[in-house]
Amino acid sequence: MNKTVNQKAWFLVLPVLVLVAFNAIVPLMTVVNYSVQETFGDNVFFWSGISWFEDILKSPRFHDALGRQLFFTFTILLIEVPLGVIIALAMPRKGVWVSVCLVLMAMPLLIPWNVVGAMWNIFALPEIGLMGKALNALGFDYNYTRQPGDAWFTLILMDVWHWTSLVVLLAYAGLVSIPDAYYQAAKIDGASAWSIFRFIQLPKMKRVLTIAILLRFMDSFNIYTEPSVLTGGGPGNSTTLLSIDLVKIALGQFDLGPAAAMSLIYFLVILLMSWIFYTVMTRDEENQ
Amino acid sequence: MAHITLSNLGHSYHANPAEDEHWALKKLDIEWNDGGAYALLGPSGCGKTTLLNIISGLLVPSQGRVLFGDEDVTSLPPEKRHIAQVFQFPVVYDTMTVYDNLAFPLRNRGVDEATIRERVTEIAEMNDLTAMLKKRASGLTADGKQKISLGRGLVRTDVNAILFDEPLTVIDPHLKFQLRSKLKELHQRVARTMIYVTHDQTEALTFADKVVVMNTGEVVQIGTPEELFEKPQHTFVGHFIGSPGMNVLPCGIDNGSAVFAGRKIETANRAANAGGRMEIGVRPEHVSFAGKGMDAEIVKVSDAGRFRIVEAVAGGHTVKLLAPEGTEIPDRKAKLAFAAERTRIYRDGWLVGEGGRQ
Repeated sequence: MNKTVNQKAWFLVLPVLVLVAFNAIVPLMTVVNYSVQETFGDNVFFWSGISWFEDILKSPRFHDALGRQLFFTFTILLIEVPLGVIIALAMPRKGVWVSVCLVLMAMPLLIPWNVVGAMWNIFALPEIGLMGKALNALGFDYNYTRQPGDAWFTLILMDVWHWTSLVVLLAYAGLVSIPDAYYQAAKIDGASAWSIFRFIQLPKMKRVLTIAILLRFMDSFNIYTEPSVLTGGGPGNSTTLLSIDLVKIALGQFDLGPAAAMSLIYFLVILLMSWIFYTVMTRDEENQ
Repeated sequence: MAHITLSNLGHSYHANPAEDEHWALKKLDIEWNDGGAYALLGPSGCGKTTLLNIISGLLVPSQGRVLFGDEDVTSLPPEKRHIAQVFQFPVVYDTMTVYDNLAFPLRNRGVDEATIRERVTEIAEMNDLTAMLKKRASGLTADGKQKISLGRGLVRTDVNAILFDEPLTVIDPHLKFQLRSKLKELHQRVARTMIYVTHDQTEALTFADKVVVMNTGEVVQIGTPEELFEKPQHTFVGHFIGSPGMNVLPCGIDNGSAVFAGRKIETANRAANAGGRMEIGVRPEHVSFAGKGMDAEIVKVSDAGRFRIVEAVAGGHTVKLLAPEGTEIPDRKAKLAFAAERTRIYRDGWLVGEGGRQ
């Protein structure tokens, strides 16, 4: 039977193409457009090639912001992932307390991000905030608006409070999907609690933990709202993460060219790191 | 290794069992000899898995005792009972190699590596796993994984009994037979007590020396496969074992004999007219066409290979019979005869007389 060639099928993918174009390609290309041009106002543009990219990549300001960003992301990953797993392991598997725990865990995730920032901003104020005042009353010289160390401490504590739940919920979902037979077999085999964690729970949670780590990596690398409300990047530039710096360049200084170039580099860094994470974490499965 | 005794055992998942149906396991007494191959056979929900979990120690019974030899193990946890269990879905430790999987129970018990190597090598050879020892366990097929589960039980020298909970459920049909023969062979080689839970009569009858048939939390018969087939103690056993199952036909009693479809039926046992639901049971293998006998109308004939299954209606009830190849099957009207020594009377499901429970 001869197959008739019918190109009309392309019309069926058209809606998707239009959607993707408006939602991703067009905005991204606008940024690309700015990143290779110099502007002097009045919508007069001059071609500038890759000079903005070179400037950004060589600028110490970008290096510092990237360094702070990496420090922030890896610190919260190192805290949130193990903590999330520990909390998930401690949560009950049966009974009325399951729903209570799940609702409590989901709570921080439901709060709008700028509200989280504002909450912690007030909560940690040394003169009137509950935590700020309590810490000072306990003899700590705590002031996140003046001391960079305190600002970092508050920033990380806020993120851990806000996002550990996500890791908990994902890890918990992984845990409850393990059939009872595994625990029974492990009991019969005489496995210790550590062995059960190491050889049953952890391997079975691997898939959801991969997702949790990827999500937390991308979200924390993109984070803007909460630190912007909490510290605004200060004191000084001490908590100026990549996104905060980007907004300062784009909207504060209105340097569209460098800001666009930085956006693209930022985007490529996230893309590259996500790919590395994913490849490393799923390498084992492909080897089999 | 030990003789296993279940004494006055019962279990309920209710906190305060009041009614009969609250008991997942009604009172039972069973003795299992050391080194025997036993099967627990029954439909889903009959309590066989509950019973198995009580033997393995995953469940503490509401009443009664479990003895291994002379030791009361009723409330001992599984790891203290020296048993091994193979579950319905293969349990392997995904991240370990096959070797490490087999070594795991020994390592947990602090056995030295030299002894472990020796045991694992021996068991791997028995289970046809030698070629895969260095492979990741997660890469194996379902039957390979089930062999690992079994192997983890066999490597230990302190195992009193190996329990199987429907271990062939997820195995491909053509491998089921192989694995079943392997189990049988292993049983003869290691001479350990094996208790095999299944709802599949073929698995039970081919594996076990003695089969415990259960229904609704009760043991209805314990016997060799022949006994279960030839002399069911309960109509449930007759119906559950054999394909097609035994014909169970309501009957009346006249002067000790059964009356069905207006005719007196010759039976192996006799029953007093003492009330209760009376039935006669006769296997389709033992019903035949005869020159004179009970009038029946043939409603359906289906071919089952070496014989045909004939469904006939006599006295308002369907009677099945197996007609061997070459038997001439009458057109619609037929006369049926029941083999007298194979036809039995049951009261309320239980065989009357001859050791049957009244």
